[in-house]
Amino acid sequence: MPQYFAYEAEDVIKAPFDGTVTAIAESGSTTTVTLQSDAGEVLDFKVDTGTVRVSENELLFDGDALGFVASWRMGPLLDGFFTTIWISVVASVLGLIIGLIAGLMKISKNFAVRNLSTIYIELIRGTPLLVQIYIAYFFIGAVFDLHRNVCGIGALALFAGAYVAEIIRAGIQAIPRGQMEAARSLGMSMPQAMTEIILPQAFRRILPPLSGQFISLIKDSSLVSVIAITELTKRTKEAVSSSFLTFELWLVAAAMYLIITSVLSQFVFYLERRARASD
Amino acid sequence: MIRVENVSKVFKSRGAVVRAVDDVSTTVDKGEVVVVIGPSGSGKSTLIRCVNALEMFEKGHVYIDGVDIADRKTNINKIRAEVGMVFQQFNLFPHKTVLGNLTLAQMRVRKRNTAEAEEKARMLLKKVGIPEKEQEYPSRLSGGQQQRVAIARALAMDPKVMLFDEPTSALDPEMVGEVLDVMKQLAKEGMTMMVVTHEMGFAREVADRVLFMDQGKIVEIGTPEHFFTNPQEERTKLFLKQVL
Repeated sequence: MPQYFAYEAEDVIKAPFDGTVTAIAESGSTTTVTLQSDAGEVLDFKVDTGTVRVSENELLFDGDALGFVASWRMGPLLDGFFTTIWISVVASVLGLIIGLIAGLMKISKNFAVRNLSTIYIELIRGTPLLVQIYIAYFFIGAVFDLHRNVCGIGALALFAGAYVAEIIRAGIQAIPRGQMEAARSLGMSMPQAMTEIILPQAFRRILPPLSGQFISLIKDSSLVSVIAITELTKRTKEAVSSSFLTFELWLVAAAMYLIITSVLSQFVFYLERRARASD
Repeated sequence: MIRVENVSKVFKSRGAVVRAVDDVSTTVDKGEVVVVIGPSGSGKSTLIRCVNALEMFEKGHVYIDGVDIADRKTNINKIRAEVGMVFQQFNLFPHKTVLGNLTLAQMRVRKRNTAEAEEKARMLLKKVGIPEKEQEYPSRLSGGQQQRVAIARALAMDPKVMLFDEPTSALDPEMVGEVLDVMKQLAKEGMTMMVVTHEMGFAREVADRVLFMDQGKIVEIGTPEHFFTNPQEERTKLFLKQVL
């Protein structure tokens, strides 16, 4: 089991040219092998003591093994865990930006702008995320030659953005009209009033539904495994198919998702407590 | 200072058309205190909200210092900075401290630096009698204190005119006095004021002119003396009989 989190890998160190071993010096756990090329160039190589494959004055050819260096590597689960985190973070940030824009468009006085936002929201909310991911990768991604990560993150961000837009719209509309009027009566412009007065207040109110949306996004990120993005679910699947540790690995994967989502929950809880200072 | 010319504002809701303000013309001169009274639904609040274009009117013109606020070329934000407004519901910004409420627009609109804005804010808080509350959030203040902060917030912009839209109607009776005292003080200092209120005592004591509105029209205008002792219109007499 531990090897799925981290394992020690042995990398072979190879001679980069034809030449001779001029010296082998052992000091503690590493041994330095000094090579001199046929052209006269001298280079030192460090390998783990006890793994040296050459002896002094030995003639070597390009690519011959000198010895091994062991190093710790992230196992598939840990690697997938971090991939899930960065995909979720990037998609969340993009989703928040898209949602903010679409949410503001939704309350615009302009008929075209408002409807554009409505169409986007309805289109995204009315179709399955899995289908959107397939469209993003196999159609849009194929046409524009996009990397799978771009397609996956883009689909997740657009999906989250539609829900965030509705949350933000509701949040803004829940702020009493008098707040906007007071700000405008002081000579503040619409954007100033929005950013200084309305959005900060709206943000506090929408924190709980917003955090719920981002927790959903983290869980939904498992769907991008279908386009071979090696996040946690994809990595677990691979590990299960090679080890048959079905029960153990899936439970561990679930626990790792739980770790990410609970950290987010706790962070939002902390923000909410801080925001309560002015109540 | 304020010139209202033939302003009409119509509200439409579910087919019903309400003429909230119906072809109203009036003026408020520099240094003058004009008090607008009338029964609820008479359009007095709508009228005062038209003066700084919080309510857009269909017909007529409002001139502030000679500038037409309905003109598309007018920078309305610039005009509003010159026209302070105090609301019935205070409308303080709940996420900012008292000091933050007073300094924000000064810095964003008047482009003052923090030190200047805070100095002005402290001076005004002293003037309205609550200098010790600058670090409090509005929700921790009483209604009367909140309304005094709101007045200070409007004054911080150095307005040429102050509009008061029923400033004491949402207050507990024992807090009305403290707010009216601040307003009386302002009037004494020569501030140009337009006040919508139900406080007849304030109208009698402070107003230069009283304007009585009913059903969107101005029924009668006069000095407080004339108005309260010798009203001409039947509608005015009836109203005064009910409220006094």
